[in-house]
Order: sequence, then C-alpha cells, then structure tokens
Amino acid sequence: MSESRNFAANRWRRFDDWDDRALRLDQFAAEDPENGFAAFAGAADPKPGLKISGGKVMAMDGVAAKDFDMIDAFIATYHIDPAIAEEAMAIPSTQLARMLVDVNVPRTELTRLARGLTPAKLAEAVAELNAMEIAFAYSKMRARRTPGNQAHVTNAKDDPLQLAADAAIAVALGFDEIETTMRVARNSWSNALACCVGSAVGRAGTLFQCSSEEAEELEIGMAGFTSYAETVSVYGTESAFIDGDDTPWSKAWLTAAYASRGIKMRCTSGAAAELLMGFHEAKSLLYLEARCLCLQRGMGSQGTQNGGIDGAPLAASIPGGVREIMAENLIAVWLDLECASGNDARHSESDMRVAAKILPFLIGGSDLICSGFGSILKYDNSFNPSSFNGEELEEFLVLQRDFEADGGLTSIEDASALDLRRRAIDALSHVLKDLGLAETTEAMKRSVAVASGSNETESFQPRDVALISEEIKAKGITVLDVIRSLDRGGFVEEARNLLFLVKLRISGDYLQTSAIVREGRVLSAINDPNDYVGPGTGYRLNDARRKELAAIRDVLTRDEVLRTEAASEQMEARAIRYRIMGRAVPGTDRGEIVVGISPGFGTKIFRTLAGHRLSEVVRAIGDGIARGGGSMRVVRLHHTADTSFLGLSAARLSGSGVGIGIQSKGTTVIHQKDRLPHNNLELFSNAPITTLAHYETLGFNATVHASGSLPEPVVVPTRGEALGARYHARVALSYAIETAMTEPDAAPEEITIDFLEQG
Amino acid sequence: MRNPPLTARNYPMAEKSPERITGQRGKSLDALTLEAAANGDLHMEDLRITPAALLQQAEIARSVGRASLAENFERAAEMTRLPQDEIMRIYELLRPGRARSAAELERMAERFASEYQAHRLAAFVREAAALYERRGLFQLRF
Repeated sequence: MSESRNFAANRWRRFDDWDDRALRLDQFAAEDPENGFAAFAGAADPKPGLKISGGKVMAMDGVAAKDFDMIDAFIATYHIDPAIAEEAMAIPSTQLARMLVDVNVPRTELTRLARGLTPAKLAEAVAELNAMEIAFAYSKMRARRTPGNQAHVTNAKDDPLQLAADAAIAVALGFDEIETTMRVARNSWSNALACCVGSAVGRAGTLFQCSSEEAEELEIGMAGFTSYAETVSVYGTESAFIDGDDTPWSKAWLTAAYASRGIKMRCTSGAAAELLMGFHEAKSLLYLEARCLCLQRGMGSQGTQNGGIDGAPLAASIPGGVREIMAENLIAVWLDLECASGNDARHSESDMRVAAKILPFLIGGSDLICSGFGSILKYDNSFNPSSFNGEELEEFLVLQRDFEADGGLTSIEDASALDLRRRAIDALSHVLKDLGLAETTEAMKRSVAVASGSNETESFQPRDVALISEEIKAKGITVLDVIRSLDRGGFVEEARNLLFLVKLRISGDYLQTSAIVREGRVLSAINDPNDYVGPGTGYRLNDARRKELAAIRDVLTRDEVLRTEAASEQMEARAIRYRIMGRAVPGTDRGEIVVGISPGFGTKIFRTLAGHRLSEVVRAIGDGIARGGGSMRVVRLHHTADTSFLGLSAARLSGSGVGIGIQSKGTTVIHQKDRLPHNNLELFSNAPITTLAHYETLGFNATVHASGSLPEPVVVPTRGEALGARYHARVALSYAIETAMTEPDAAPEEITIDFLEQG
Repeated sequence: MRNPPLTARNYPMAEKSPERITGQRGKSLDALTLEAAANGDLHMEDLRITPAALLQQAEIARSVGRASLAENFERAAEMTRLPQDEIMRIYELLRPGRARSAAELERMAERFASEYQAHRLAAFVREAAALYERRGLFQLRF
C-alpha cells in the first residue's frame, strides 16, 4: 500500500489491474468474414432456396444439383423430405423464428417442418433470435424431457485403479454417461476395462464410451466394454471432410456399424472446426454447422455432440461466437437430434465467462448439458480442461441449488465417497489379478483411494498400463470374462450391474433418440418426450429431486449456530462474569464511557463473527477507554438489539454523553446522546474483519469524542471480501436469537464485569 | 398375416414385449442371467442385437417421424450379417482416396449384396461410388 508510486505514468492504472485478470489470457479476434471469422454472417453464406422437381432436389441454397459437393448431395438425398419441403421453405424465416419461441406451437410441428428446411434456411431462422430467445427455444425444442449430464473420466497416468475409482464417483454424482480417453493410444483397452468396472459400482445403467481410433473404438464396443460412442465427426465443407479423412458416406457407414452391434452412437460437430482446419470457404460458423447437422440427421444418427466442442475457444474469440454456439445447439434439437450440448472444452480462462455460458443450458436443461464435464482435476483431463472440472464441481452443484435447476448431478458425502472408491479399486484389483493381467499392492490401492488427482498416487507406471492393455487385447478378453470374474470374486452386485448394461444392446431400446438409463429403465425421447407447452409443463422438479439439489455440503442451521455457541459458553464462563447490579441509571461522571451490550451478549452468544471471545472484546474496549483516561461502565440493554439504538441508549446513560453500543456478533458503534439514532460518531459494521486492536482503539476514540475533540477514526481495512456471502446466514440466525430476547419495556441493567483469568 | 407396425406404444421393447427379444443365438432376455454367465452358458453372440430387433426399432422410430433414423437401423439390420473385419474393410474403402475407381467400389457392393443379402448397403455404396467419381475422390492421396 505504501510503496512509492510513479505519478508520471501515462496510463490509467486500472488497465494494469485489468491486464492481470485471467480474462486477459483469452485471445479475441476481429470479425473478418472473408477469412472465416464470422459467427452468423459469412462472406459467402448463400441465400436459402430449394428447387424440387419430380421428388428430387434440383437446386439447394443457391447450388444446382449438378454442382453439389458431397455434403450438398448427401443432404439433398437424405435430409430434405420433398413431401414437406415446399410447405416449410415457404414460411418466412422470421415466422419460423417466432414459432420456435411460441409456446402454442408444439415441438413436434417444428421438428416436422425442419425435415423440409435447407441448411441456409435453418441458419437464417435461428439467427433472428437473440440469446435469450435461443435459450428458451432450446429448452422447448430439446428432445428428451429429463435433463442429463456426461462426465470425462481420465487421468494423466492412464492409471486403471484411479479410472475405476473416479468412474464410481462419476456414477455416484449422477452422470448418465462417462467418457474416457488415453494419454497413450495403446492404453485404450486398459482404460476401457477399468472404467467399465468402475462404472458398475453403486448403480447400474451409466453408459460408457472410450474415445479412440475409429476401428479400435468399434472393436472395444464389440468386446462389450463400452455402450456408446460419440466420436464420429462430421464437417461443414467438403475439403475439411476430406482432410479429416472421411466422407459423409464413410461416416454414415460407421453410424450403421454401431447400431448393428447394438451400441448407442451420436455424431460430433461444432463451430469453427472448419476454420481451425483451414477450409472455411468464407462461410459463417452457423451456416457450416447447419450443414453438419442436416448431414447428421440424414445419416440417421440419433444425436449429436454439438456446440463448439474443440472449436469452442476459437468460436468464442469472434463477436457473437457464444451466441452462435447456442444457435447451433438450437438447430440440432430443431432437427430432432439428441444434443450433448458442448460446454466441454473450456472456452475461456475467465470463470465468469464459463459460468455465463453454462447458465442457459443449466436452467433450460439439455439431453446432456456437458458433453464432457471434467469429473477429474484439470491436469488429469486427457481431453483438455472442461468448462467445469473436478475443481469446480461443487460450484455446479450450488448453481443447481441456486436456480432450482436440474443439471443432472447430486451431491456425494465424504464417507460414502471413500467407500465407493475403495469398492471400485478392490473390484478392479480382483479382476486384474483374476484374469492374469496385473497384481496390485495395498499401498497402491490406498494411495489411489484418497488421491484427489494422479499427482498424489503411487500406482501403476505407464509401462505397466501398456502391458495390461495389450494383454487384454491379445487374450481377447470380453465383458463376459469381466462379469464372470467379478462374480467369482464376490463382486456380485457389480457383475449384475454390468450384465444389465450389456443386455441393453439386445433390445436396441437405447438406440432411440436421447436414450439414457434411469433407475434401471431406458428413458428416451420416445417414452419421455419433451412436452413443454408453457408454464407448468415439460420438465419440473419433483419434491424429492428438489431436496436432492438442496442437499449440498455444510449447510448452516439455527441448531448449528446454537451448538457452536454452546461450545464457547463454558470457555467464557471461566473467563468472565457479568454481575447484574440492578437497574442502570444515568451517570454523572464526565469521564465515563457507557458500553451498552445487547441481550444475547455473553448469555446466548459468546463470540463475534471474527471469532473473538466476547470477554476479550470487552477487555479491549475497556483497555482503550483506560488509555484515554476514561472509565468503562457496562450496561445491558434489553429493549433493543439494534446497534444504533444500543449506542444511543448507552450514550444517554453516560455521564460523558458518549456511549458504545455493541452487538454480540461484534458490530459496534460510538454514539452521542444528542444525535439522531442513525447519525453516529463511528461505526464498525464489518464485524468479521474487526480485530481486538480495532476494539481497543474504538474505546480510546470514545474518550476523545467525550473530551470534545475529533479523533482519527478507526478504519477497518477491507480487501473486498464478500462478507455478506461469508457471514450473512450466520448473522441472520444469531441476530434472530438476539431479537427474540428483546423486551420493549425492560429497563437497562447495570453490569459489573469480573475478568476471571488473564488473556 | 403381418403384424401392424410397432409404434411408440410398444416402447421400450424390453419392457413391453420382452418375448419378442432374443440374442443372436435365440436366447431370451430372462435367460441372460448372472448364473448362466457363471456356468459358461453365455457367449458374446447371446449379447448381440438381431436384425429383427433393429427392424422393430426402425418401425418405432418411423412412427414418431424419424425416418432417417429408421433407415439407419435398416442398414444396420443388414450389417449384423457382416463380420467385423468386413465392416471395417468397407469403411476403409469408403474413405477418401482408398478405392482407386468407382468400379472397385461397385465390385465390392456386388459381392456383399449376394454374400450377405445386404442390398440396401450395396445400393448405398454404389451411390457413394457415383458421387466420388464426380467429385474426384478416386485420386491417390499421399
């Protein structure tokens, strides 16, 4: 504070402060449509248009059929429904936009029309909406009524024990899906087996995927370890598609391949992928995404992972980029696709930008709010840090509670968390040993059970993991081997849970749009369709779920406040005695300072908000008064607990005309008998940061005021703490305890203080 | 007589019509128990979806206006007959620059149409061949 300053600076220093914010680590890019930096209005975006003849598309969005690239051709053949197109394309985009936010237009009517809309038309319609309208429309248009969420479970060592433990935690937190990937590609089989076992602990039905190379991912699925996939990426320009080493036909082939093996899948696309890959064709992020999404519907994918995804940071660097990300998600659900709505790769270093971005999806709901919420610590996330991570998980739980919005997660308790981790680690250790893959030691298991992240574990080394992984593949181990092994090892519940999950693939029920598993039942857009048509409809919290959202950790209650005070009571009983000497009368001693204490002071409440024992506070004030040559007289006021009136009443009883009022929570005022109640001499309103030295000086200052001089006022320095957030719940509870003790007609009592022990 | 097409009312199949669900070797859902797994009576084939189940899901998807999803299930139903390495071989050939000519893709389509009665898939691959030709995708990529 006091270092010498150069006042010759030629810049307002607030800019230095702003430079130090995490926000300034974010890079922002200028709008430049020619070079692909445009969220909504690309330099080469076509006007919507569609020409159909004899049931065939002859021209679409300004391109004649003979000039169609592969994407146009696929969309024209597999997305556009000629039976609807004429009717749908004739509706002005503004009207479509209004229908999207109109509660009287049912979702199904809009999804029907979408089958006849071209990419440019879809993009033009959603671009009419502002961010709030997009959020509302998204909430109305998403396919499944019940919202859900997906977790990333990975670690920097690919340690299978930690994967199993963290998967079990993700299940307990309520994630509907778990996604893993590897630091080292060859570890995929080990990661898959470990997460598969961990996700079977505690409850059945959490879907699991292992993101790896296309062919291997399908193979791992065939072996039964995974139950879904979402890495089938598509792109909005032909060049980007080819650069990604695929075509719409090859990706559609994979889409069918997953279904043929009873494995749920969704495609992936997100804004700015083409821009990152250098093939943007001077088209806007939104238009290219509209193409991607029409393509995905045409391919017969039930859903999409969409909304920026890996391109989110780049999209967010462009003006309107975050609104665009919301808009593309809206197109996804308008096209009747399940939407795992991004909020995945962290788009900003600023916590505020991250929280602002998630809010519409949290309060509006989404099939999977995050297509990868980092349930592990940031450095353990092998996909890169997510918007929310292990570090911020409790913030998400609190946001759910704040808005009474179901983000799919539920709090876990300290004790049960450790039990779950141990159970998962024991189950996996058994399987690894039983199947001849690896041996674990007690020390390894213990280190993983309590570890918050892989920096703290003493577990498998990367080379061990590679050997485990190759062995699983070489031996042809399948999920059935794992189920049998769990059963043999006495992990019967886990074996059953895993069998339940594999059985899902036989009926194919969970291949339908937006399918998750809740309480042993497949829940999808078919048996749990989003039926929102205005207030009172759609997804609503029931009582039980509302209670779950409210039940976060460490919640203060009145009983808790009283219990804490009771613990201090005995200590104070040994330190101070307040002797009641009868009714207090006005003093005549010009040197006295009357200290008026509140009804609960030392009777129900024993510490200030800063944690100072009230005996020490009284002593400090007395010391200050003595230093100023005055004498302290204590009275207890029963008619009020308000600081100002405590101070004023004390002043009126004081021979010097100056009094101090003090509440049991430590808020203190210096008052003078002739002043208006709220026009005091000095006020210490920030009790939580008021020190004993401040109380001493306050006592001293009271004597200076009494002598008619003006002292240097005591300044309690604040560093800008949100004291209300930190203390107001306790303040309200303890203050209510005091106000309940007040008796309007009761006269002040003279109190003699005896300090019973030193310090 | 053919049953009327399934609709959303028949969903989820595993709850509403479990008797219509079996694995690839004909085992019913309630035969797929932990005890059976422990006794070695379960094979991975028992946990594989059948073409019939996929066609049932296609009917349900179509009943709620999801024709393209239904078509994917119908392609998948044919694909259940293709062995894994065949699926991956064709996938590889469909990627840019892998096949050297439309004729190569068409020959392959011909073969698996007859070998696996996969006519939808064959048509799908032929359609790709024509497009690839027009867009110059048969060039060798280095």
